[in-house]
Amino acid sequence: MRVMAQLGMVMNLDKCIGCHTCSVTCKQAWTNRSGIEYAWFNNVETRPGQGYPRRFADQERWRGGWVRNRRGRLQLKAGGRFRKLLTIFANPVLPNIRDYYEPWTYDYETLTEAPLGDDFPVAQPRSLLSGEPMSVEWGANWDDDLGGAPEHGPRDPIVEKIRAESEEKVRFEYERAFMFYLPRICEHCLNPACVASCPSGAMYKRTEDGIVLVDQDRCRGWRMCVTGCPYKKVYFNHRTGKAEKCTFCYPRVEVGLPTVCSETCVGRLRYLGLVLYDADRVTAAASAPDERDLYEAQLDLLLDPADPEVIAAARREGIAEDWLEHARRSPVYQLAKVFRVALPLHPEFRTMPMVWYVPPLSPVVDRLVETGHDGESAASLFGAIEALRIPVEYLAELFTAGDPAPVTAVLRKLAAMRSFMRDVTLGREPDEAIPASVGMDTERIVAMYRLLALAKYDERYVVPTAYEGEAQQLEEIGCSLDVDGGPGMGGPFGEASGRPVPVSVETFHALRTRQTSDAVADIGDRVNLLNWDGKGRPPGLFPPRRTEERR
Amino acid sequence: MTVWDVLLWGVLPYVMIAVLVLGTVWRYRYDKFGWTTRSSQLYESRLLRIGSPVFHFGLLVVVIGHVIGLVIPQSWTDAVGLSETAYHVQAVVLGGIAGVCTLTGITILIYRRRTTGPVFSATTRNDKAMYVVLVAALVAGLATTLLGAIGGVEHNYRESVSPWFRSLFVLQPDIASMARASVEFKIHTLIGMVLFTIWPFTRLVHAFTAPLHYLFRPYIVYRSRDAGPASRPARRGWESIERR
Ligand code: SF4
Ligand code: SF4
Repeated sequence: MRVMAQLGMVMNLDKCIGCHTCSVTCKQAWTNRSGIEYAWFNNVETRPGQGYPRRFADQERWRGGWVRNRRGRLQLKAGGRFRKLLTIFANPVLPNIRDYYEPWTYDYETLTEAPLGDDFPVAQPRSLLSGEPMSVEWGANWDDDLGGAPEHGPRDPIVEKIRAESEEKVRFEYERAFMFYLPRICEHCLNPACVASCPSGAMYKRTEDGIVLVDQDRCRGWRMCVTGCPYKKVYFNHRTGKAEKCTFCYPRVEVGLPTVCSETCVGRLRYLGLVLYDADRVTAAASAPDERDLYEAQLDLLLDPADPEVIAAARREGIAEDWLEHARRSPVYQLAKVFRVALPLHPEFRTMPMVWYVPPLSPVVDRLVETGHDGESAASLFGAIEALRIPVEYLAELFTAGDPAPVTAVLRKLAAMRSFMRDVTLGREPDEAIPASVGMDTERIVAMYRLLALAKYDERYVVPTAYEGEAQQLEEIGCSLDVDGGPGMGGPFGEASGRPVPVSVETFHALRTRQTSDAVADIGDRVNLLNWDGKGRPPGLFPPRRTEERR
Repeated sequence: MTVWDVLLWGVLPYVMIAVLVLGTVWRYRYDKFGWTTRSSQLYESRLLRIGSPVFHFGLLVVVIGHVIGLVIPQSWTDAVGLSETAYHVQAVVLGGIAGVCTLTGITILIYRRRTTGPVFSATTRNDKAMYVVLVAALVAGLATTLLGAIGGVEHNYRESVSPWFRSLFVLQPDIASMARASVEFKIHTLIGMVLFTIWPFTRLVHAFTAPLHYLFRPYIVYRSRDAGPASRPARRGWESIERR
């Protein structure tokens, strides 16, 4: 047993209102740069829908992830090492920018510069790639809220599959449709196909916390990782010629802060925590012969952080005590393994993804309420879960490689919790039979309710800091952005050359102090407006007065 | 042996080597972030998928051909019974095919670069200058091969250029040999030297980090967290958002 720690996330899909706050704040924090306009480290998809980039989950087309070959060994779906090197000059399965969308801006200048005339000037869309006028035909969320679903919905790979396999169909007529939102970030997989695909070895999984990162100094732009990732969560920066991806906000989590997307989620549906897993068994688990066993195999890798044997083994690997303590309190472990209500996304890609989802009960509840039934009674909910085959099949294709049993089990637990807690809230006699019918007891179902419905900031985000000794060093060394006219890109050796501009834009320790104190914290002499909390007038909000400067 | 001969074939090669080596080391230390292919495949792949492999594989054969022609002395091939004529026939045929491929490939690539909007706007001046020298070197090289074959009077570079090339590495440049070479070989050699001189300062550096070690490393790479940002000198990174 080789114990390793992994930071993971759980998202409770029932709470997602599809507001895209997570996507926007992530973008503001990390991809607000040219060359990476089209990159959404976090995106929110409407399902049924094609996803982003279009039909990314269709691996017959994009060839991402792993497959089990005839000898029972894992193999990259896009081909092994030799094939990778032979196709390095032109990757045969690289998505084109139009599979994402062509990024654009508007020619706002005409609005103010246009000569006086009879027509109103308009701001034409212009391509950010060529600068030419373009017509906007697709975007990161073109089919948001089932927009254009009769046209685009049937192209969802899961919809296609269900069409082919079952007599019932996924409907897109208004009255028959169901939908839910699926926020997606990099899965920080235990068996990352992106890392395995990188010929330069620039991508790596961090030993301490399992975060998957791209070393910007070693990436040479061979673009194999983009193909390798079945979730299409590695983006190629077309200006710098380097791959970029979700970093799990490592500069934040290292100091114990939640990721930007979690922190800003208005639905409070995200949970962060550690899991301990057995690194020696990952390959074996990912090679399970039957796709439908992959979910169980993946759960199996997660070790019980309270088990003395596991603790001893973790200590041998040098995992710190406070990390073990955090692992024991981890909401991710609770939801995935203890309550078994969080499922992995597309386990059939065999990358062992570490972002888990509590599937939404809402398609079932909505249908019940629409048809005039009680959406909170256990009996009608259980009945509906059995009867509504299509939403359940759809969820199963998403989370359990098509096996409806685990999805049904989760939905039944959620339904049981819902109706049991209604009785409690209304002061009626709670019905012990309800938890029992899903194999739980009162205590556990209340605990699960607490975690899913009430959990506060520090229960949802159980993030250990980097080791104490290191924590000192994590303080930022002065900010080189203060220098005026820092050259950035466009140096003498092509567009990507020049002098350093640091990655981080905030002193994270200061940010943390400010977030946890009621008063206006002293944050030095610069204010990042993005992080300004509106309290008072911190020094540095305005540039120094001339007179002060003279002093 | 004129002063020019000494300058061109006795001094210039060493200048070139010095710039190539020092320039590469310096670029690697100063500009790791800029060390990339800067692929434009995201914008366009239909033409790239033909042009790029044809160019690169052609070029690999050309490079191998150069190594054989320049490094292996004629006496060795004679010793294994390969006659001068036979050697030249195979060199001209293989070299010709590879050269034509390379040139066709780069023509497609340049055509693509010029006609695809996004690719063109991602082309820097540095790229353009590099293309001029690269194409010149390829054309001159192919010309030496084909002109010799068509013109009939085959110049045996293995008695002029190759001994000079090898002599450079023992620090006793055989300038006289090179001075005997025909003019098209001299031109090709000169352009070649220019190409290697600018090499470290262009995107061509990606060739120096061809990822052959991929064949031998384990699939999943684990790395420990750096000791923290403070322990690492500030390096080139992303551009600031103020740019646009
Ligand atoms: S989801 Fe993340 S870790 Fe997994 S293969 Fe894709 S980029 Fe890599
Ligand atoms: S973890 Fe950070 S980088 Fe990743 S999607 Fe969330 S906000 Fe973006």
